[in-house]
Amino acid sequence: MEKVMVKGTEAIGEAAIRAGCRHFFGYPITPQSELPEYMSKRLPEVGGVFLQTESEVATVNMLYGAACTGTRVMTSTSSPGFSLMMEGVSYMACAQLPAVFVNVVRGGPGLGDIQPAQGDYWQATKGGGHGDYKLIVLAPSTVQEAVDLTVLAFDLADKYRTPTLILADGLLGQMMEPVTFPEFRDLSTLPDHSSWAMTGAKDREPHIITSFDIDPYILEKMNLELVEKYKEIEKNEVRWEEFMTEDAEIVITAFGTVARIAKSVVEMARKDGIKVGLFRPITVWPYPYEPLKKLTEKVDLFFDVEMNMGQMLEDVKLAIGDKKPVAFYSRMGGVVPTPTEIYEALKKEIGRRV
Amino acid sequence: MPKVKGYIEIDQERCKGCGLCINACPTKVIEFSEGFNSKGYHPAEAKYLDRCIACGFCYRMCPDVCITVYREE
Amino acid sequence: MRKLLYKMPESLSGKEFTYCPGCHHGIVHRLVAEVIDELGIREKTLVVAPIGCSVFAYQFFNMDGTIAAHGRAPAVATGMKRARPDLYVFTYQGDGDLAAIGTAEIMHAANRGEKITTIFINNAIYGMTGGQMAPTTLLGMKTTTTPYGRDAQKDGYPMHMCEFLKEAKGVAYLARTKVTTPQDVEKTKKAIKKAFLAQIKGIGFGMVEVLSTCPTNWGMDPISAMKWLEEKMVPEYPLGIFVDKVGDEK
Repeated sequence: MEKVMVKGTEAIGEAAIRAGCRHFFGYPITPQSELPEYMSKRLPEVGGVFLQTESEVATVNMLYGAACTGTRVMTSTSSPGFSLMMEGVSYMACAQLPAVFVNVVRGGPGLGDIQPAQGDYWQATKGGGHGDYKLIVLAPSTVQEAVDLTVLAFDLADKYRTPTLILADGLLGQMMEPVTFPEFRDLSTLPDHSSWAMTGAKDREPHIITSFDIDPYILEKMNLELVEKYKEIEKNEVRWEEFMTEDAEIVITAFGTVARIAKSVVEMARKDGIKVGLFRPITVWPYPYEPLKKLTEKVDLFFDVEMNMGQMLEDVKLAIGDKKPVAFYSRMGGVVPTPTEIYEALKKEIGRRV
Repeated sequence: MPKVKGYIEIDQERCKGCGLCINACPTKVIEFSEGFNSKGYHPAEAKYLDRCIACGFCYRMCPDVCITVYREE
Repeated sequence: MRKLLYKMPESLSGKEFTYCPGCHHGIVHRLVAEVIDELGIREKTLVVAPIGCSVFAYQFFNMDGTIAAHGRAPAVATGMKRARPDLYVFTYQGDGDLAAIGTAEIMHAANRGEKITTIFINNAIYGMTGGQMAPTTLLGMKTTTTPYGRDAQKDGYPMHMCEFLKEAKGVAYLARTKVTTPQDVEKTKKAIKKAFLAQIKGIGFGMVEVLSTCPTNWGMDPISAMKWLEEKMVPEYPLGIFVDKVGDEK
C-alpha cells in the first residue's frame, strides 16, 4: 500500500469515509475545522452528506437522527464544543445509537485556548453527560493510528450499538505524517441494523428508539442492559501498547500525544543506561487496568505524564494501588512538554528516591 | 331532501368525559352517562341516537378518538 | 346497512392518549394520522416526539418513532431526513419545546428548507411541568411562575413563531389554525396535509401552529377553555396561512 503525507484531521476524515461513513454533521471550532472542511469537499464525491450545523447542540441531535436510521455517521469538535454535545451523547448512549465523535482536545477549562491539551480525559472516560453511561474512547498517538482507530471506532460503535469517541488533541490534528489508508469498505457489507433502525414500519411492528421510560423498573432494566454491554466491552476491547517494558525498572504512563513524546524520553534514558519503558493505553475506556497492574511485579517506579492536572493519574493509581510509587509530571493550558523537560523531571524524581 | 340518519358508537372506557362531543353535536344526541367508567369519568353516552344525522362533528371534536360514526343506508 | 364514515385512523396505534380531558393534543394527533392515512405514507413516515406533554406521541402513532432531547426535534428530524431522503419525517412539538429551548433548531431547520414537517402546539403554557410560563404565554396571564400575571417589562412578550418563520426563505408552507369547532378542525387538517405535501413534493419546510387549550393548567373546564382561546388567544395569535408554496392539492 502506498503511503501518503496527510494532516491528522484530514486523515481521520478520509479514514471515516473509507470505513463507510457517508454522513457528517459539524460546527466549526479551532483546532479541528480542517476536518469538517475536508468532509465538505470529500463527502459529495462519494455520494455522502455534509451539513454545517447551527451549533454543537444541533450537531449531536442530527447525529442522533441519522444514527436512528442505521447509517454510519460522525462529527468532530473541540473541547467546548464537545461539552455542548454532552446531553445528546447521553441520550445516544441510552438509546444505544452507534456514532463516532472526534474531540480534538484544546486547552481549558472554559474558553481556554486553541493549543493541544488532555483536560477532557475525565469528561471522555468518566461520564461528561448525565446518567450512567460509558463511551468507548480511543486515544491515538500517531496519524497512522488515528486512521486505524477511526475505522475501528465505526466497527465498535456498530458492534456494541454505542457512541464511540476518538480522543485526539491539537498536536495530532495539525501534524502531517505518512500514512497508509485502508481500502474502501463495501457499503453492502456494513453491519445490518434492520432489526432496530427506523426505516419505515412496512410489514413489521414500529421500531421505537428512546432513552426514556417513565416506569423506573423498566428504566432500571435498560440501565442493566447497558451495564452488561459495558462489561462485555471491558472484557473484549481493552487495547494498550507497551514499549521497552520487558526489563524496565521505571515505566512512564501516558496516552495520546504525550505518549509519543514519552517514547523519546524512554530512548534518551536508555542511552544513559536507565531502564525506562512506556505503558500507553490505546483505549482509555475500557482502561487497561490489568496489564498495567501486572507491571507492578517488576517495575519500581511509575511516572505518569499528562497535559492536564492528573486525570488519567487516577486510573493509573487504581491499577497500581499501593504496590508501587506513582510520580506525576504535567503541563497544562496548552503547553506541550518537551522530551528533555520530561526526562529532567524523571531524573529528579529518581534522585529523590535514591 | 330526505333526512340523513346516522349512528355513532362511543368507546366509553376510552372516554375521559370532557364533553367536547356534547358541545359540538348539533342535534343533542349525546349526554354524559350517569355511570362511571373504570377511569372514574362520566363518559359520553349516545342517548338519543334517533336524532343523529351522521355529521361527524362529535368524531371531529373528540380528543380521545372514542367515536365511530356510521350512516344508515 | 350501516356505512362507516369516521373511525380511528390506521396511523394511530390505538393506545389511549395520556392527555387530560379536553386537551386538544388528541384532536391534532388524530388529524396528523388521518392525513398520513390519506397520503398513504404511514410505512414510510418517522415521528419525532418532543419533551413535554406529547413526549409519549411516539407511542400513539403507528409508525417508527423516537423522542428528541428538549427542543431538538428539528435537528433529529434533519439527521433522519438527510440520511433517508426517501422517508417522510415529522416533528410534533409544544411551545416550550419549539419556541423556547428549541428556537435555534426550528429557525435553522426552516431556513435551510429542511424537507420535514412540524406540528406546533401552542397552548400558551408549560403543561407537563405543571403550568409554568411559556414563551407564548399571554401578557397578564397567570401561570405558576408568573403568579402576578406575565409582565412585559419583566418577562418579555409572547413569541409569535409563525410571524418570525414566515421570513425564512426555506419555508414552503406555514399556517396558524385552531381546533375549537368542527369547521376549524377540518381547516387544520387541510393545513397539516399541505405541510406534509410541502415535504412530499420536495419544496421545503412545512409547519402548522395549532392554538390549543390546556384546561388543566388554565384552571378551566374544557368548554370554557375553548371560549378563552377564542377570546384571548386568537386576537394575540391571528389565524391564517403565512406561506403557501405548495399550491393546490393534486
